[in-house]
Amino acid sequence: MNVAAMSVPSVVHAAADPAELEDKVIIRDLNFYYGDAQALKNISLSLLSNKTTAFIGPSGCGKSTLLRVLNRMYDLYPNQRAEGEVLLDGEDILSAAQDVNLLRARIGMVFQKPTPFPMSIYENIGFGIRLYEKLPKSELDDRVEHALRRAALWEEVKDKLSQSGLSLSGGQQQRLCIARTVAVKPEVILLDEPASALDPISTAKIEELIDELKRDYTIVIVTHNMQQAARVSDFTAFMYLGELIEFGATNRVFTNPAKRQTQDYITGRFG
Amino acid sequence: MARSTSLYSARQRRSRVAMVLSLVATLFGLGWLVLILGVLVYKGFGGLSLKVFTEMTPPPGSDGGLLNPIIGSLILTALAVVIGTPIGILAGTYLAEYGRHERLASAVRFINDILLSAPSIVIGLFVYEIMVAPMGHFSGWAGAVALGVIVIPVVLRTTEDMLRLVPDTLREAAASIGLPRSLMITRIAYRAASAGMLTGVLLAVARISGETAPLLFTALNNQFGSMNMNGPIASLPVVIFQFALSPYAEWQKLAWTGALVITMTVLALSIVARLIAAPRKSS
Repeated sequence: MNVAAMSVPSVVHAAADPAELEDKVIIRDLNFYYGDAQALKNISLSLLSNKTTAFIGPSGCGKSTLLRVLNRMYDLYPNQRAEGEVLLDGEDILSAAQDVNLLRARIGMVFQKPTPFPMSIYENIGFGIRLYEKLPKSELDDRVEHALRRAALWEEVKDKLSQSGLSLSGGQQQRLCIARTVAVKPEVILLDEPASALDPISTAKIEELIDELKRDYTIVIVTHNMQQAARVSDFTAFMYLGELIEFGATNRVFTNPAKRQTQDYITGRFG
Repeated sequence: MARSTSLYSARQRRSRVAMVLSLVATLFGLGWLVLILGVLVYKGFGGLSLKVFTEMTPPPGSDGGLLNPIIGSLILTALAVVIGTPIGILAGTYLAEYGRHERLASAVRFINDILLSAPSIVIGLFVYEIMVAPMGHFSGWAGAVALGVIVIPVVLRTTEDMLRLVPDTLREAAASIGLPRSLMITRIAYRAASAGMLTGVLLAVARISGETAPLLFTALNNQFGSMNMNGPIASLPVVIFQFALSPYAEWQKLAWTGALVITMTVLALSIVARLIAAPRKSS
C-alpha cells in the first residue's frame, strides 16, 4: 500500500497520435457527488471512436460511477449529481435539455449481472427495436437475427426464440443482453464488468465479442481484471480515489506506466 | 483445553424442552383449525346438493338453496375487485416506483397499514354514512364499495412488496436501452412481478368473500332473490348470519352448508394463490 505517494493527477495522452483519431466522447472537468460525498474529482479524458477504453482501479475508485455518468444512469436516483461537461459528438449530454431516453438509445450499457427481461428471447431483442422504429414483422425478424448473430448467440438460440430469456445459461444471458444493446443501434457501448460473473469460457467469448464489436462501436469497459483490460482495450484509464491517475494507450500504461501508483496497481502491490 | 460435556448436554436438554414446547403449541393452534373444519364438514356436508346452487333461499319451514346469495356474493366480490384493484395497483406502483424517496410515500404507507388492519365494521359504517344514508336505502352498490375499500390496502401492499422485489438492475437495464420510466414499469416491472401481484388480488378476494360486517350496513340482505344493485342484495355471509341465528332447522342447515361453501372457496383461492406465487421450477 503506497498511498502516501499520491500526487496531482494529470492526463497523459496516448502514444498513438490522438489527433488522427476522432473523439467520440470528451469528458471535461467532471465532478460527481453522491449527496455530499464527492466520488469523481476533475476527470478529463477523451474516448476515441471505434476504440476500446478500459477503466481500471481498485474498488470504490469511481470507475463504475464514471461509466454511469456517460449514459446518465445516475438520473434514476435522487441526490446524485454530475458537474462539468461530457460531450458526445460535441453535444453536452449533461445539459438539462438532453433527453435521457434518446441519449441511452445512443449509448447502450451492459451490466455486471446478466439482466434479461422477463420475456422470450425474441422479445428481449425486439422490444428495444420497436421502441424507436416501426418495422414490418419480417424486417424485425431480420434485425433480431442480426443482433443475435453479432452477439455470437444465434446458433445457440435460433430454435428456441420463444423460450424465456431467463432459461439461458449465465454466459448466454449476458450475450443476450449484449445483443439487446446492439439491436438498438447505439454508437457507444458501456460494459460494466461484463464478465465478472461468468466462467472462463463465457468470459473468453465475451472478450472475443468486444474485439469484434469495436469495428462498429466505441466501447468503454470497466473491469477488475487487469489481464482482461490488457487483452481487450486500446486505451486504459487508471483511477484511484475518484481521481484519474493515468490515461494512455494500453500497451504503454501496462509496460511503462508514468505514475508510481499505476505501476503499483498493475503489478498487484495494492488494490 | 478439555471440553465440558456437562455444558453441552445441558444445552441439548434445553433444546429438547424448547422443541417439545413449540411442538405442543403448534398442535394446539392447528388443532382448533382442524376442529373448525371438521365441524363445518360434519354439519354442512350433509346439506350439500345440487339444490344449493340452483334454488333460491326458502321461506322458513320449506326447502331451498343458496342460489341468490351465491350470485349476490359473486357480483359484490367481482365489483369490489374492479373498484379496489386498480386503485391498489396504482398506489402500490407510486410507492414502489415513483415515491421511494418522498415523504408523501411514507405517509401513504402508514395510512395504508392502518386501513389494512381497520375493523371491517368501521368500513361498513363509513360507507353507510357516505352512500346508504344519502341515498336513503341499502344497495348492492354500497356493498361493493365497502368491500372495494377492503381490497385496496391488500392489493396496494402486495403490489408494493412485489415491485420492490424486482431488482434495480432490471430497471437500469430497461433504462439503458432508452425505455422511459412509464414503459419500464408497465412492460418490465409489472411483468416481473405479475405472479405476486395476482396473488395479492386473490388474497384480497379470499379476504372479502367472508366479510359480513361491512355488508350488514350496506348491501344488507334480500329474501326475494332480487339482483338489482340499486336495492338491498343477498350475500352468502349475511345469509349465513341471518339463517344461523334463526330458529328454523332448514335455515340453520343451509347456514352450515353456506359456511362450508365459503370456506372451501377461500381454501381453493389460497391454494391457487400459493401455486401461482411459488417459483416456477423450470422456466
